[in-house]
Amino acid sequence: MYYFGSYEERAKDFDWSISEKELGYKPGDVLNIGWHCSDRICQMGKGDKPALIWENQAGKVKRYTYHDIRRASNTIGAYLRSLGIKDGDRVCLFMDKIPELYIGFLGILKIGAIAQPLFSAFGDESLFVRLNDAQTKAIITQRKHAPKVRKILDKLPAVEHLIIVDQDPARPLGPKESAFSLDEAAPVDTLDIFPTKAETPSVLHYTSGTTGQPKGVKHVHYALIAQYLTAKWVLDIHDEDIYWCTADPGWVTGTSYGIIAPWALGATQVVLDSGFSAEAWYRFAEKMKVTVWYSAPTAIRSLMKAGDEVVKRFDLSALRHLASVGEPLNPEAVIWSERVFGLPFHDTYWQTETGSIMLTNFPGMKIKPGSMGRPFPGITATVLDPKTYEPITESGRVGLIGFQPGWPSMMRTYWNNEHTYKAKFKNGWYLSGDRARIDKEGYFWFTGRDDDIINTGGHLVSPFEVESALLEHQAVAESAVVAKPDDVNMEVVKAFVTLKPGFTPGPDLELEIMNFIRKKLSPLAMPQEIEYVDSLPKTRSGKIMRRVLHAKEWGEEIGDVSTLENDD
Amino acid sequence: MDEMKDVVLKYVIAEYLEDDTQEITFDTPLISGGIVDSFSMVSLKRFLENKYKISIPDDKATPEAFDSVNKIVTLVKEFLK
Repeated sequence: MYYFGSYEERAKDFDWSISEKELGYKPGDVLNIGWHCSDRICQMGKGDKPALIWENQAGKVKRYTYHDIRRASNTIGAYLRSLGIKDGDRVCLFMDKIPELYIGFLGILKIGAIAQPLFSAFGDESLFVRLNDAQTKAIITQRKHAPKVRKILDKLPAVEHLIIVDQDPARPLGPKESAFSLDEAAPVDTLDIFPTKAETPSVLHYTSGTTGQPKGVKHVHYALIAQYLTAKWVLDIHDEDIYWCTADPGWVTGTSYGIIAPWALGATQVVLDSGFSAEAWYRFAEKMKVTVWYSAPTAIRSLMKAGDEVVKRFDLSALRHLASVGEPLNPEAVIWSERVFGLPFHDTYWQTETGSIMLTNFPGMKIKPGSMGRPFPGITATVLDPKTYEPITESGRVGLIGFQPGWPSMMRTYWNNEHTYKAKFKNGWYLSGDRARIDKEGYFWFTGRDDDIINTGGHLVSPFEVESALLEHQAVAESAVVAKPDDVNMEVVKAFVTLKPGFTPGPDLELEIMNFIRKKLSPLAMPQEIEYVDSLPKTRSGKIMRRVLHAKEWGEEIGDVSTLENDD
Repeated sequence: MDEMKDVVLKYVIAEYLEDDTQEITFDTPLISGGIVDSFSMVSLKRFLENKYKISIPDDKATPEAFDSVNKIVTLVKEFLK
């Protein structure tokens, strides 16, 4: 049986106090995600239950019980305190999906500091803008990623500590650097948990903006209330489940549903720290007897591409519930998963700013393949007229997705950017930046984004950031970046560039520019195609018209070009 | 063949290997081993196409076919005239 049951019953008289009660929280109490995800589970008598089973690409396995993650997060918290890290300080986690990332996240929160996870594939420029904006005090990383941090450390005076979790003792440490080995550190059994309250900042995730630098989305400890209940009702995680969230905690899914929610529920979660391969993923799911799987459309489409024959070689009969997040899940993927796993993927819709699932196809309810589903109880969602910002009442008409503010995991602001935060609200609604229509049964259907942000493999990339970085390449005079359709990633980055005099277009230069962006920003931001042009479409005032290039890529009508300066 | 192996290995080390203490061989898993991610694979494919003047169809450029230097060399040889 699914936890959720009937939509009408759950939605009737819904109150977030359901979640508060289950978590033993009363308004005004201390509320600390780090404690709730480890100490509380131990106090419930589940200390010996596996909390994390981790495996890397070489097949090395590590197992941690709830007692283990409680002690290990205490140990990391105590170490950070010994370095002078205190409540409110930002501590960056810049690591692959290794146990120290998951456990360190809890340790940071336990001492009242703010966890700032950053995707380990970020290049030095992407790292710099995010660490500089947050005025991060400490960075926890691995030996392999430390060189990227060292390159920018001089430009980051706020950073006092670079902590390396797997330092080779034979190698010297640089200024501000320290080595910390979780396996070798003396375990700390008791730690004074910092008395964070509901509104105390907890996590700072950076997300891309259309025109400016990345924005730091500030979340608070009260987000736990929504993350817990949505994981229980939507992901349907039961006590006996083996749960696998494939997301990287450098992004919000990897923390909300890859650390906080499963551990607040006292579940056993498994993590595979390796690159993607259909065979490796199936083998891991079989070996771990995964029952609940939360993944992303890009991964699902990659599995589809690998073919049905690969699936047949593995026993995946333990699977009982599948869900997806990141970008719209195409109907073919739902139909495919029903055919090969005997189970449909349930699409969920939310974003870094919302902190938890907002719209979803619920377990046990009718799935409409291709639909984002219906609002979670307690979430008031609608589509708004783009001009008046009034809710659209007739079904089928496309508008802007809007949510009524006030759910527990809603962002509290953008770090250092209250102005942009306020601009996200119109007529009392929070605007997600996506467009959709609602059908007669109340299901939402994604139709596109309302801005130029590129959603590639479920990750948002700012065209502005890529364009700015392109201009730093010696050959590039002007650049415009748009999304290009892609079968697997939904969208990929495409750049149009004009070259400076003396540079000749060609495949070698294209590769050089691609690698330049990959190293500077990230592999996600790397243009997968570069088109050389003589000039870019601009308005008469000189602004590059990305929408003209976007429309060409997508075979759409270009629309009003009356302000176009040149037309090539 | 051996020369091609060396060229590809050298390129992978120079462009994708972050940990300068890590040693990789012709059989080290590149994609499943997390050395080259699926997005970066596009640039590796582009390098091979430029270097060897070939065109690798997208349906052949799978994570499995790119998972080691040896596998990459086998793939490239398929398309060399």
